[in-house]
Amino acid sequence: MITIPYLTALTTYFSYGLLFAFGQIRDLFRKILDWWSADNLQGYAPICLGLEDFYIRRLYLRIQDCFGRPIASAPDAWIDVVERYSNDNNKTLKRTTNINRCLNLGSYNYLGFAASDEYCTPRVFRSLETFSASTCSTCVDGGTTVLHNELEECVAKFVGKPAAVVFGMGYVTNSAILPVLIGKGGLIISDSLNHNSIVNGARGSGATIRVFLHNTPSHLEEVLREQIAEGQPRTHRPWKKIIVVVEGIYSMEGELCKLPEIIAVCKKYKAYTYLDEAHSIGAVGKTGRGVCELLGVDTADVDIMMGTFTKSFGSCGGYIAGSKELIQYLKYTCPAHLYATSISPPAAQQIISAIKVILGEDGSSRGAQKLARIRENSNFFRSELQKMGFEVLGDNDSPIMPIMLYNPAKIPAFSRECLKQNVAIVTVAFPATPLLLARARICISAAHTKEDLIKALEVISQVGDLVGIKYFPAEPKKQQEEDGRLKLD
Amino acid sequence: MALSFLNIMNISLDWAFDAPPSRAVVFGVHIGGHLVVEALLVIVIVFLLLQKSYKPPKRPLTEKEIDELCEEWVPEPLIPPITEEMKYEPPILESAARPHTVVNGKEVVNFSAANYLGLIGHKKLLESCTGALEKYGVGSCGPRNFYGTIDVHLDCETRIAKFLGTPDSILYSYGISTMFSAIPAFCKKGDIIVVDEGVHWAIQNGLQLSRSTIVYFKHNDMESLESTLEKITRENKRAKNVRRYIVVEAIYQNSGQIVPLDVIIRLKEKYHFRVLLDETNSFGVLGASGRGLTEHCGVPVEKIDIITAAMGNALATEGGFCTGSVRVADHQRLSGSGYVFSASLPPYLASAAITAIDLLEENPDLITRLKENIAILWRGLSGTQGLSIASNPLSPLVFLKLKKSTGSFKNDLQLFEDIADRMLREDSVFVVASKRSTLDKCRLPAGIRLFVSAGHSEEDLLKASESLKRAASAVLSGYN
Ligand SMILES: Cc1ncc(COP(=O)(O)O)c(C=O)c1O
Ligand SMILES: Cc1ncc(COP(=O)(O)O)c(C=O)c1O
Repeated sequence: MITIPYLTALTTYFSYGLLFAFGQIRDLFRKILDWWSADNLQGYAPICLGLEDFYIRRLYLRIQDCFGRPIASAPDAWIDVVERYSNDNNKTLKRTTNINRCLNLGSYNYLGFAASDEYCTPRVFRSLETFSASTCSTCVDGGTTVLHNELEECVAKFVGKPAAVVFGMGYVTNSAILPVLIGKGGLIISDSLNHNSIVNGARGSGATIRVFLHNTPSHLEEVLREQIAEGQPRTHRPWKKIIVVVEGIYSMEGELCKLPEIIAVCKKYKAYTYLDEAHSIGAVGKTGRGVCELLGVDTADVDIMMGTFTKSFGSCGGYIAGSKELIQYLKYTCPAHLYATSISPPAAQQIISAIKVILGEDGSSRGAQKLARIRENSNFFRSELQKMGFEVLGDNDSPIMPIMLYNPAKIPAFSRECLKQNVAIVTVAFPATPLLLARARICISAAHTKEDLIKALEVISQVGDLVGIKYFPAEPKKQQEEDGRLKLD
Repeated sequence: MALSFLNIMNISLDWAFDAPPSRAVVFGVHIGGHLVVEALLVIVIVFLLLQKSYKPPKRPLTEKEIDELCEEWVPEPLIPPITEEMKYEPPILESAARPHTVVNGKEVVNFSAANYLGLIGHKKLLESCTGALEKYGVGSCGPRNFYGTIDVHLDCETRIAKFLGTPDSILYSYGISTMFSAIPAFCKKGDIIVVDEGVHWAIQNGLQLSRSTIVYFKHNDMESLESTLEKITRENKRAKNVRRYIVVEAIYQNSGQIVPLDVIIRLKEKYHFRVLLDETNSFGVLGASGRGLTEHCGVPVEKIDIITAAMGNALATEGGFCTGSVRVADHQRLSGSGYVFSASLPPYLASAAITAIDLLEENPDLITRLKENIAILWRGLSGTQGLSIASNPLSPLVFLKLKKSTGSFKNDLQLFEDIADRMLREDSVFVVASKRSTLDKCRLPAGIRLFVSAGHSEEDLLKASESLKRAASAVLSGYN
């Protein structure tokens, strides 16, 4: 749980209040002005409405240069960020041809497979030659090539499940699978901070949705007991089935799932478990097999394992791994398998090759080195940030480390100042986080060198002082003082 | 003491009941005697409201009872038992999905890929992919907002908008995510969506996620649409204040029919609805230069509020786009769930899309050839026993259904699968039956689909039609 300091909460509320008030006043004037001009949309309700639209126009647009910065290179450790300018107060941004070479702390390039790789890249080119860029058909029709079959076997083996099915997009994997597994009369118990794709999948399924406190197994147990005892709303019939959905690493928190405890609870109450390993597969664990390996959970205890290839593998798409029967059933009826174009063959090849490198099947130890590297890098960076006094979320070993900013004004300040010093950092605000809990998020990669990280730390520390986000006292100084005192004594 | 107290009482009562109103003015309010009574009443009401209403005593379940209930509860299995039909294995391709491909070591004529312009394996397309792969790697490793925007994405968006003549467009990383993101971005609870009953699953999913009021009209039946619109406008007095949409597909994936866009436009303007048009199967196919249904029907593209399309068809790449006014595109950059919360399209696929559009613009004869091919196939298919063509003569997706259905979708489908199987086995012609997910709400009849490509030769088309005729008469002889 994030406990927001009292004063910070107050100033944050105040800032948003101010932005809101001024936005409303500006809207009012706009309305009055528009009233004079002819209304050409008579008979239609406005196409964008409500608070969401207000938020975009009056809050987001002012700082939109901090998001969606175009790059002109692979999303590797260093990227070419394209400069943009605006002539209308940030309402529209135009690209220039100027380029800044920046250190990339934003992309999910955990293992460094975004750049060209001596093993993967030649194979990707060969697949492109053989299979072209697309099959123009769905998996169940004419879109399954030998490459797709190889990929599914490879993924199943890597994840540690009997079978797997692969789709061309991670988001769709979640949003199209949940409705197949559960429907009316079923119950989905979802972590409160689960990814939007899970939320959409759950909504699309028609099942009842309950939420448990983020990463709190005891609350999960409470919810399960209450729900099993109560049964379905109104009729009180027993639930048909219950699926508990959690993520391996929470992408906005950097936290590892408390998987062993959650699995124990689910087993006790006969609920099925659905684990989304989007950020953890490939990135953590001794051989890169994700949180199960890291936390010592037997994959046989997780009923449905999901993950994406957009992160560690530097490709696109997602998978579901599970029992043979589960995969057979999904292939029979999952809309994403029946109606969506199969994954692009070069992307499939990239995944196969990346997995081979991770497992050392390419005949080198590069995979093991990458895994050791990301772990070292992450733990080093996290401890340094904490020493500087930043409020850093997340657990050790997780390559994601959010730094809390809170105040809306600090979002653009932090982002722009870092960029000025050639460090590209992601800042996250609503709708990806709650309104009050804006943060900067750092993703560490195995491709970062020690010098890269040290440079990044220097810049972040400096900008942190400037923007005022070191919410905790800095640790080394404290230690020095203590050391000093000890000497005095 | 007592006296003085009584005196005060008297005075105050005097003041309360007998005093002329003009005497007491508090904050500009004249205090009359009735005010005290009213105040008392208010106090009594508040007192009553604060009282708990009578509830039968509620005894919560004890821990032990809950334990027992949990112990007793038996969940259904995660999936139903596996039946024979679930064990279906699709044919495995051993080379690119071109008009001629290799299945099980045998060269076959491929009618299963929506490779309408025959661009799969095109040299220029491969060059463009190779260049992009060298420069950008495979994946984009991040959502668009978080350094996942590569310059080719922006170029691709501009290229699509320029090609269609719209102000702006937005790329999605997967075809089906386009529809289910775009629809909920503009339709919320309370809005009204009138939609064809035969739409594709991606659209159905979008409708469901939007939580709007959904009204279906009969498949491609403009009278049914008009009466639906009329009814909604008449019955719903508030209809003027909510957003109203008509959602249609240009060429229906589920039947190959083409929506009469001119009628849609007339109705839309009459009843003040907005139009969301899915051009997945018509982009790059219909119209003299492949700009889709709007060009084909001579409708200015501005008249359509939102156009979506998947790029996994004519463009021979992947992903999808949505186009319309600047407002429509920009709104989705923060509200399109598949845009915000998912990694962006791999840059080489965006680059391929740009090249494919360039190729389309440079070679309008591709479209002419596709049209000719469709006509050849139609001629070849005339008089197929037991089957009738349900699709529009201009649709590159040729859809055949049973003249006389067996009455169940499953049995119909089985017949089509037998036909497809026979064609592949005996004649090396690869066609597909229209499989349907159990989640799909579409109730249109099953059929067999042939995706015609500009890359098919006349020989291929004749071979396919002959083969289909033979297989159909063999499989269906017992039925019709
Ligand atoms: C937990 C989780 N699931 C699913 C996804 C979606 O994956 P993709 O980007 O491949 O669509 C993400 C991506 O951000 C994620 O964080
Ligand atoms: C209407 C519609 N939406 C979505 C899709 C799927 O798009 P993609 O295969 O590119 O994911 C298709 C094609 O099959 C379609 O016809």
